[in-house]
Amino acid sequence: MKNKKKLEEQIFLWIMRVVTGSIILVFFLILLVIIQKGWHALSWEMVSQEPQGGFYFGKGGGILNAIVGSLYLAFGSTFLAVLIGLPVALGMNVHWVRNKRWVNILRFLLDALWGVPSIVFGAFGFAVMTYFHLRASLLAGIITVTLFIVPIFIRAFDEVVRTIPPGLLEASYSLGATRTRTAFGVFFRQALPGFITALLLAFGRGIGDAASVLFTAGYTDHIPQTLQDPTATLPLAIFFQLSSSIPEVKERAYAAALILTGIILAISVLSRLATRKFKKNIL
Amino acid sequence: MSDTIVTIKGLNVNAGNSPILKNIDLEIPRNKITALLGPSGCGKTTLLKCLNRLTDLHPQLQVSGEVLIDGEDIFHPKQDITQVRQKMGLLSQKPFPLPMSIYKNITYGLKIKGIKDKKQLQVSVERNLRDAGLWDEVKDRLHTPATRLSIGQQQRLCLARGLAVGPEIILADEPTSALDPISSRKIEEKFLDLKNNYTLIVVTHILRQARRLADHIVFMYFGEVVEQGTPDEIFNNPQSDILKEYLRSGH
Repeated sequence: MKNKKKLEEQIFLWIMRVVTGSIILVFFLILLVIIQKGWHALSWEMVSQEPQGGFYFGKGGGILNAIVGSLYLAFGSTFLAVLIGLPVALGMNVHWVRNKRWVNILRFLLDALWGVPSIVFGAFGFAVMTYFHLRASLLAGIITVTLFIVPIFIRAFDEVVRTIPPGLLEASYSLGATRTRTAFGVFFRQALPGFITALLLAFGRGIGDAASVLFTAGYTDHIPQTLQDPTATLPLAIFFQLSSSIPEVKERAYAAALILTGIILAISVLSRLATRKFKKNIL
Repeated sequence: MSDTIVTIKGLNVNAGNSPILKNIDLEIPRNKITALLGPSGCGKTTLLKCLNRLTDLHPQLQVSGEVLIDGEDIFHPKQDITQVRQKMGLLSQKPFPLPMSIYKNITYGLKIKGIKDKKQLQVSVERNLRDAGLWDEVKDRLHTPATRLSIGQQQRLCLARGLAVGPEIILADEPTSALDPISSRKIEEKFLDLKNNYTLIVVTHILRQARRLADHIVFMYFGEVVEQGTPDEIFNNPQSDILKEYLRSGH
């Protein structure tokens, strides 16, 4: 009997070790592949210049247009998503705590939206644009990506805010606080690590998505100067170059992938470091 | 000022079809410690939460009747709920320090009152931490997170935080149930000090605690007030069978 339990323990321990190991392995394999294939093409020229004539046939230039375009798009839409999503997620757990049924219906709808593929958001954005006779632009891209990442941000943050014990709500109320002060002064602070996670999740999905910006943001060789200009994005830069049959161009696609991954990793690390200062009040 | 600070008239609380509090009539004396005694699930905590309208948080609870504090009905629709709640400090079963520094935990309620003067805030922090018997332990780390305190210290911080808003009443819901005996003793000692200036209402199921602390004991059972009186009357001369039974199993 005792041996059987020990064996069971051992088996599960090894299953966990193997799956954990394989996740880490996949992460490093992805990095390894894009580094190995893209390292050669990665150069200062690549990140500091717009595409020159014949760039897509292997001539000079870089993908600065896509880097800047993606950053504009991701920061813009993440900012909007937080602006919309933060009050909603806090409200669901503080202001509307009496209306559990409605909050749960809202949660269900947001989960459903989370599951909608990004190409559908792209098609929706495109339909709205054509209705208003608008061209593909940075603004249209930002709005579409915002719609796409808002449910992700709200639900990811909401899941953490939900875990806050009701006693903290009572403590704040009994000191005379209003609902809004309780939400932003207490619940937001308490759930700050969850906020960062939700923010990164939304940002990562926003900057990495190709389908939602395909029709709405367009593609151009220039850095957008206004919100009405179309803009290039890194995922589409990868897509177009990877579809080429010229080896040098394909190599550049991997370099672009490397840059995209690097941006996401850098943002993750920076935001964790920046919030360490605030986090100490919670843990 | 009358000797009664809280008057409860015909208070009923229902959760759906099941009654939690049945027609409670109660008067709570000023500047005394009143203990709400009874087994778990008898409605003590709900009664306590009616007093500062934390019942608002639970939509399933229907409250009817009157709760008068200093003669004002707190369930009146025009009542300023912030003012009602700042008349009372709350200590819950487990301490819930706010996710900020010790200092800011105390000033949180003061800032809601609109006090901004730094000097005044500082004075208040020191006085209230002293009143809660915590000052000497934390005076050198006022700006560290409150969550790093031990649970006993956290409970005294919650007391100090409640005292800071200048309440008349302190509501305590089994305030020592999560604490070790030494921390519990410190809280109880504080309560005895505080009753000169405050009215304390303490929910407890511990007989000895009620005997040590209370001037007035209210024994509750299944949502009803069964008996009330001085500790002497309750412990030495119980009238009802339920109370006799409760006292027997408690010893």
